[in-house]
Amino acid sequence: MLIYSQPLEVTQILDTVDQFLRTHLSPGMVSLSKGILTGLLLLVAYAVIALALIYIERKVAAFFQARLGPNRLGKYGVFQSLADMIKILIKEIIPINKADQLLFFAASFFVIIASLLAFGAIPFGMDLHAIDFNLGVFYLLAVSSLGVIGILLAGWSSNNKYSMIGAMRSGAQFISYELSAGFSLMTIVVLSGTLQFSEIIEGQRYCWNLFNGHLPAVVAFVIYLISGHAETNRGPFDLPEAESELTAGYHTEYSGLQFGFFYLSEYLNMFIVAAVATTMFLGGWMPVQIKGWEAFNQVMWVIPSWAWFIGKVGVMIFLSLWVRWSFPRLRIDLLLNLEWKYLLPINLVNLLVMVIIVLSGFTLTELFPAFFGR
Amino acid sequence: MSFSSYIQGIFTGLRSLAGGMRITWREFRTAKVTMEYPENRKTLAISDRWRSELIMPHDEQNEHACTACGICMINCPNDTINVISATTDTIDGKKKKILDKHLWDYGSCTFCNLCVITCPSDAIIFNNDFEGAVYDRKKLVHQLNHEGSKLREKKGEPVKVTREGTTDKANRQE
Repeated sequence: MLIYSQPLEVTQILDTVDQFLRTHLSPGMVSLSKGILTGLLLLVAYAVIALALIYIERKVAAFFQARLGPNRLGKYGVFQSLADMIKILIKEIIPINKADQLLFFAASFFVIIASLLAFGAIPFGMDLHAIDFNLGVFYLLAVSSLGVIGILLAGWSSNNKYSMIGAMRSGAQFISYELSAGFSLMTIVVLSGTLQFSEIIEGQRYCWNLFNGHLPAVVAFVIYLISGHAETNRGPFDLPEAESELTAGYHTEYSGLQFGFFYLSEYLNMFIVAAVATTMFLGGWMPVQIKGWEAFNQVMWVIPSWAWFIGKVGVMIFLSLWVRWSFPRLRIDLLLNLEWKYLLPINLVNLLVMVIIVLSGFTLTELFPAFFGR
Repeated sequence: MSFSSYIQGIFTGLRSLAGGMRITWREFRTAKVTMEYPENRKTLAISDRWRSELIMPHDEQNEHACTACGICMINCPNDTINVISATTDTIDGKKKKILDKHLWDYGSCTFCNLCVITCPSDAIIFNNDFEGAVYDRKKLVHQLNHEGSKLREKKGEPVKVTREGTTDKANRQE
């Protein structure tokens, strides 16, 4: 493997920080301060990405409706979501009569902590990976399903029938589609033979999993996108918070920053789904590389890995917004119909097909090792 | 449901979803209809039929066509117009009614156009200068006849009334 020059990577900065901490602190304090720094960075990134996504969503939504969207605050309205953030920070948190105060309070934290835990496990770029579990995919699926507890708690403790209906819909929807998302990721785990994100990305150096597993991988990709959409309560699957039926669903009674938590986690869950789809199917932060074309690969490496990651995730997020503004909302029975009668059987057959393809060596890397082999 | 119709249903569904996304993609790229109002003042096109401010067109000699007959005032459904007349003596010794003040209240007008339709001498007209907001309610009462104006004599060519008549900005005191 050739060593490519990577002028814009953050590896250098990380090494400098590491050296600085090592020279000034004891080994225990080094790990502690690194943990705190990483946590802070992730929290800041969480907030900044949420603000950016809210702006992008409003702008893209406007363009799909032949409008211009926010255009007053700053050039093209870029500071709009910043102003909205300040507004939501200074709003009053209104206590609800006869609500279960403790659970009502805890629910918003459940939602945001679940999405933050999942956020922390995403590989953002070369060396920009907080912790690289050997069970990375499993961990991500596990913590991202914690969010539904928060949603159910929010609906139940609000003492409001609309919240309750919204939470129940959300629970039914989330638990159903979690199955599909898990199985479609399982298909890719079978293909790459590991649950560790770094190895999954390394395995896609010359051939993305989407192409490597051809037919079953494409099916798994489509299923993952559909179920990912459903898990984030967005797009055509937004019936837990269907504003025309349930005012705002499970977070109707929330105000101020507590509502902000729900709002933030909704956008970040969209980001997490896009990031997982990118990592599992589209090569993660790995630049586009073609075996044997060393000059081309060198040029691709000049673009830093985090930029590749942001670019690929951006495409996935645009796709999700496009879908959201294209399709009408599903009814609850049709929603469950889609999952249990279509996605799940297809997914099970698809997993079987993938196993057969991998075992009999029909993946692209095995068929054409000269072009795609590692 | 037979197995073949199940499979067929999946593909029909996917095709129709793709069709929907094609339509929204086309919509995404169309020209946007939003008008950015204060910036586009120069190019803003207001419909000719838009009625916003009642004016009394005056010609170069500061003459208008209002005979102070009061028909507009009578026809006004909510007393928005108040025509105050005065009398003068003409050269041949007759008493004649002339216009002293033609007052119109922007705040209570419903823009029904009845005054303009019923005016026998086409003296008043609505223009489409829509930016009429003021900070004081008293400033909404406009005096339509200009200072020192008088009735146009009947002789000669009748002056054609156009939409581009002068507005009575003098009374607004901005």
